[in-house]
Amino acid sequence: MSSSDVARQPDPSRSLSLSGHVGFDSLPDQLVNKSTCQGFCFNILCIGETGIGKSTLMDTLFNTNFENFEASHFEPQVKLRAQTYDLQESNVRLRLTVVNTVGFGDQMNKQESYQPVVDYIDRQFESYLQEELKIKRSLHSYHDSRVHACLYFISPTGHSLKSLDLVTMKKLDSKVNIIPVIAKADTISKSELHKFKIKIMSELVSNGVQIYQFPLDDETVAQVNTAMNGLLPFAVVGSTEEVSVGNKMVKARQYPWGVVQVENETHCDFVKLREMLICVNMEDLREQTHTAHYELYRRCKLEEMGFKDTDPESKPVSLQETYEAKRQEFLLELQKREEEMRQMFVQRVKEKESELKDSERELQNRFEQLKRLHADEKAALEEKRRLLEDDQSSFGKRRAAAQLLAAQNLTSNGKKDKDRKNSGFM
Amino acid sequence: MDAIMLQEKLVERLLCPRVRTARQKEKQYVGFATLPNQVHRKSVKKGFDFTLMVAGESGMGKSTLVNSLFLTDLYKDRKLLNAEERINQTVEIIKHTVDIEEKGVKLKLTIVDTPGFGDAVNNNQCWKPITDYIDQQFEQYFRDESGLNRKNIQDNRVHCCLYFIPPFGHGLRPVDVEFMRALHEKVNVVPLIAKADCLTPNEIKKLKDRIREEIEKFGIKVYQFPECDSDEDEEFKQMDKELKECTPFAVIGSNTVVEARGQRVRGRLYPWGIVEVENQSHCDFVKLRNMLIRSHMHDLKDVTCDVHYENYRAQCIQEMTSKLAQDNRMESPIPILPLSTPDAETEKLIKMKDEELKRMQEMLNKMQQQMHEKDQ
Repeated sequence: MSSSDVARQPDPSRSLSLSGHVGFDSLPDQLVNKSTCQGFCFNILCIGETGIGKSTLMDTLFNTNFENFEASHFEPQVKLRAQTYDLQESNVRLRLTVVNTVGFGDQMNKQESYQPVVDYIDRQFESYLQEELKIKRSLHSYHDSRVHACLYFISPTGHSLKSLDLVTMKKLDSKVNIIPVIAKADTISKSELHKFKIKIMSELVSNGVQIYQFPLDDETVAQVNTAMNGLLPFAVVGSTEEVSVGNKMVKARQYPWGVVQVENETHCDFVKLREMLICVNMEDLREQTHTAHYELYRRCKLEEMGFKDTDPESKPVSLQETYEAKRQEFLLELQKREEEMRQMFVQRVKEKESELKDSERELQNRFEQLKRLHADEKAALEEKRRLLEDDQSSFGKRRAAAQLLAAQNLTSNGKKDKDRKNSGFM
Repeated sequence: MDAIMLQEKLVERLLCPRVRTARQKEKQYVGFATLPNQVHRKSVKKGFDFTLMVAGESGMGKSTLVNSLFLTDLYKDRKLLNAEERINQTVEIIKHTVDIEEKGVKLKLTIVDTPGFGDAVNNNQCWKPITDYIDQQFEQYFRDESGLNRKNIQDNRVHCCLYFIPPFGHGLRPVDVEFMRALHEKVNVVPLIAKADCLTPNEIKKLKDRIREEIEKFGIKVYQFPECDSDEDEEFKQMDKELKECTPFAVIGSNTVVEARGQRVRGRLYPWGIVEVENQSHCDFVKLRNMLIRSHMHDLKDVTCDVHYENYRAQCIQEMTSKLAQDNRMESPIPILPLSTPDAETEKLIKMKDEELKRMQEMLNKMQQQMHEKDQ
């Protein structure tokens, strides 16, 4: 059929002008409508030392009170705690998942501190990959749990990054969009802050850490994004308490020497962070995660599993075919091992059975033996008893005879005496 | 209220999210209400694509309708075949791809034409090249999606198929039924009554009812409009209901512009009057255009991706699994059920084996006990 040839040629598309209003300019609105109905989801990972203000910042950013509790400094290992919330603003529903590290930076030996974080991120990618590879899948209704943004909280030392920070960020930069923030920025003065930011950025650049850059390809937001890119990392202050300033109640921290207002752009970069993270680039963060980080993970994972894009004959091999082949192999091997186990089991059962039979026979033999012995002894005893009885009876007879004799003797002696007397002596 | 105005209102409603929520100095402001705007921005930048297939006998007005729908001329310099050339005509698949733009929104439109359908004398299986084409697009997308490098996948899957039913008969003919039945699980089928200007309104109504009955009788699953939300207002719901009761749409197309009622409109000039394409009392063209382009284009794409493509994919994988099983001559302890996921299968296997092992373990324990008793 000529259809296949025609279809495979690259499409020679040409531009046409329309002579009227067709109406497909509503396409983006159709798409937006559908997404709004479905609801959005966003997952943030917060990494930072215990007590550095991660939960407070989340509360401040999203204007709610997430359930938090203070973590202790004595956690033996770094753990991650994920919590999901459903938020709504005007008609937009957002399913927000906040993942916090617990015990990060507290251990004496922090060499393995980054590992639980990396594992968590990989696990989310893995579950998405599994869903994608299923036979019956429902990707449009799948709750996406992949981490879209990672806020890395830098301690406000004023000098530079800590070694733990560098190591961790290096491990994470190819897996997630990292947005470094300087926490508790109300301990750094303006000039110190400026130097601190420059130092941090230069350290990151010189160590090749790829942090998230706000996208510049869209003209509407390119300008503001470029400006913000130059202000990274943002120095933030979080607060859920309100203080009255002037005649308004604002979120702030009250000190004896003044009030640090969270939403005042001259005090800290909180507003900028909120703008960038939520209002302008949230969708881009999600897209980057899906198209760059997830694809990288997927490619590595599949290559690990042994798939290639083209097989030796340089024909494109279907991923699913190879996956199925591998699965069959695996099932076969499972079965073989099962068979082996079953054989072993059956053998052992037989052995045990024969053992039992042997012991049974032995018992039987002994029983027989004992019985015979018993019978023998009984017979012997019987014999003896008979003899005894015989003896007894013969003895009894003899005694009776003797007694009779004795009695006779007496009477005969008496008679003899009489006779002698009677007979006189002659 | 005029239906056109209603449609405009609908479009405006869809445009609502564009309005940026005013920055309130209230406490509640977080800012993620701008998410729809961000999505909007990104989608406009990326552009859209849509593949439309038209099928029906020659001379049903397919090309004219496409031109009328998109207000452009796709079919310059076409060569039409004579009757004798069409006796043994096989169905061809011809694609036209155009880039059109309107108010900043770019659309890459692909029209898949099927000349020769139903033209030959023997039309048995004449839809096979069409179903093969659709399957091919699915397969190509499947391979691309499963590959290691997934940047720039081209989506050539057919999103909608307009099927033209001739108005000259009393309803569906066998070729119509067979065609729609062969395709209804692979693509969104939208049946249309072509050349509706030869039917009076009563005749159109009767024909529509007849066709709807027959569609139901033969179990053909044509594209269903999604239910509108319960929180939409009454006029929207009413409009939606009217739209659904109007299917299949009776359409008229035209390549010429005529003068009617003081305006220049697309229409057909007859001695007895002028048929206007965009006049709602003349034909359902406007309804079709609104449905296809202005309100449901994205939904057509979604149904293709989420339903038809997923069905194809699941089927494909099942076939592959069974083929591999045959090749290895593997005796599976449990029959491979259709549409069961690998996880479910292996899980069942594992469960069965677990139970067997448990039983054997119990037997062993019993025997051990017996031995103990005998020893004592």
